Amino acid sequence: MNKTAVHTEPKIFDIEKIRSDFPILRTTVHGKPLCYLDNAATTQKPQAVIDKLVEFYTTMNANIHRGVHFLSELSTKEFEDARIKIKNFINAKSEKEIIFTKGTTDSLNLAAISFGRGKLKPGDEIIITAMEHHSNIVPWQLIAKEKDIKLRIVPITDNGEIIFEEFEKMINEKTKLVSVVYVSNSLGTVNPVEAIIETAHKHSIPVILDAAQAIQHLTIDVQKLDCDMLAFSGHKIYGPTGIGVLYGKEKLLNELPPYQGGGDMISKVTFEETTFNALPYKFEAGTSNIADAIALGTAIDYVSSIGIDSIAKYEGGLLTYATESISKIPEIRVIGEAKKKSSVLSFVINNIHPHDVGTFVDFEGVAIRTGHHCTQPVMDRYNIPATSRASFAMYNTKEEVDTLINSLKKIIEVFN
Amino acid sequence: MDAELRELYQQVILDHNKSPRNFKKLENANHFAEGYNPLCGDKIDLYLIVEDNVVKDVGFQGSGCAISKASASLMSSIIKGMKKEEAERLFERFHDLVTGKLTGEAEIEELGKLAVFAGVRDFPARVKCASLAWHTLISALHDGKKVISTEE
Repeated sequence: MNKTAVHTEPKIFDIEKIRSDFPILRTTVHGKPLCYLDNAATTQKPQAVIDKLVEFYTTMNANIHRGVHFLSELSTKEFEDARIKIKNFINAKSEKEIIFTKGTTDSLNLAAISFGRGKLKPGDEIIITAMEHHSNIVPWQLIAKEKDIKLRIVPITDNGEIIFEEFEKMINEKTKLVSVVYVSNSLGTVNPVEAIIETAHKHSIPVILDAAQAIQHLTIDVQKLDCDMLAFSGHKIYGPTGIGVLYGKEKLLNELPPYQGGGDMISKVTFEETTFNALPYKFEAGTSNIADAIALGTAIDYVSSIGIDSIAKYEGGLLTYATESISKIPEIRVIGEAKKKSSVLSFVINNIHPHDVGTFVDFEGVAIRTGHHCTQPVMDRYNIPATSRASFAMYNTKEEVDTLINSLKKIIEVFN
Repeated sequence: MDAELRELYQQVILDHNKSPRNFKKLENANHFAEGYNPLCGDKIDLYLIVEDNVVKDVGFQGSGCAISKASASLMSSIIKGMKKEEAERLFERFHDLVTGKLTGEAEIEELGKLAVFAGVRDFPARVKCASLAWHTLISALHDGKKVISTEE
């Protein structure tokens, strides 16, 4: 690993201390302690992140890259420091490669539109997988229609793993891009992105990773992975909503046209012609989400202080425990049984609809997600309308898993 | 079980969910509509035989939560033998019930078995589950649009 990487040796994992850092975990729901297991939807925020937002608006609010006054310089510095923290966290070569967006969806739309307009021609092909979130399907469908491009879908096995040979077979001289989810939000599958990237690169095809469900659970080193772009959201890694990141290799980003036009992304504007600003500003039109970008930097600091490796190890233990516990209930079937999984446990219960499960366990204080998880093609693949999904974060405990399991046993009893 | 939760999942609802009435396709139906809630994926195919302005037979198929399935099942039993206009009026009162607009005890009692859905008013997210079958019924009675969605 490069020496700039912030990932360090696993430290002692103090779960009580971590839980005390998240004030919302002290909430009660329907008279029961909150058991928050909907972390794949969004994670809760540590006090440090909440404090940073208050501090920003209380002491340093000003627009960035504009003024020469004290506050503007202060907020600009904090904003650019956050970019550097993110650069270090994913081990990008340069902060020019870190573009602030609204979130993963916005990042993927940026990628689809800029790459599509800059690089794709009618007849070209893009490869995605059958387990993509809608946000890594629809932007490509839109650009595919605009540019007359074909979208090809790598199928998955019953276990929820991509069929690698099919992916290899799909690659041909028309393939111009591979965009794939790192960790599936509905199945929990950790995709073999290293092998996907290696294979695609043999044919000089760039690879985009949707890391929305990976950034908070796995060590990500973009140089080691050698991915060409990588998208994630701040709110899934203990930061605020409305802020996200698109990482892109500097050379590739320089070759692409801007996504949106406006202030901050230009260097000179006349009515005849506009020259664009340098990276990363070329892709950051308008006033950025300054406060949330800065607080995302704080969230990254927080995660780094615990260590993503320690978090991954702890969460892995929780997932194993939850999977073993739930598998003992005969009425329950786990959806997504890939060998390599992270944090997500999707399941269906015989004759009980996920929405009833969601409402029922809520009264035990348990927050889980029920529905299609914005992955309708995955639901179609398994011929189910929806699943219930428990997803774990660093502050969850085995006791909370027990609470979930007990509430599931109760609903099975009531409904049968 | 929590009181509010028991109010939502009354025994009648659990029973209709487990053994829905009229859960079948009517081959000789002369009215049909398909209901769909894209937010949660609930689906219902509703078949009607309407003769001389009267609902003679009802059948439905589909998938959904206990609330939507029980609602379709109870509706199918209750509207059998009703005139079109009566069924439409009943829907209006049912809708008022689940959205909390119908508060008088006597008025709620008038709804008979449908009164078991009163608990839905405390769960705004589940109103669509309870009303999907009824929206589909109105569409089938008018036989206009074949697919109706809760999101229009």
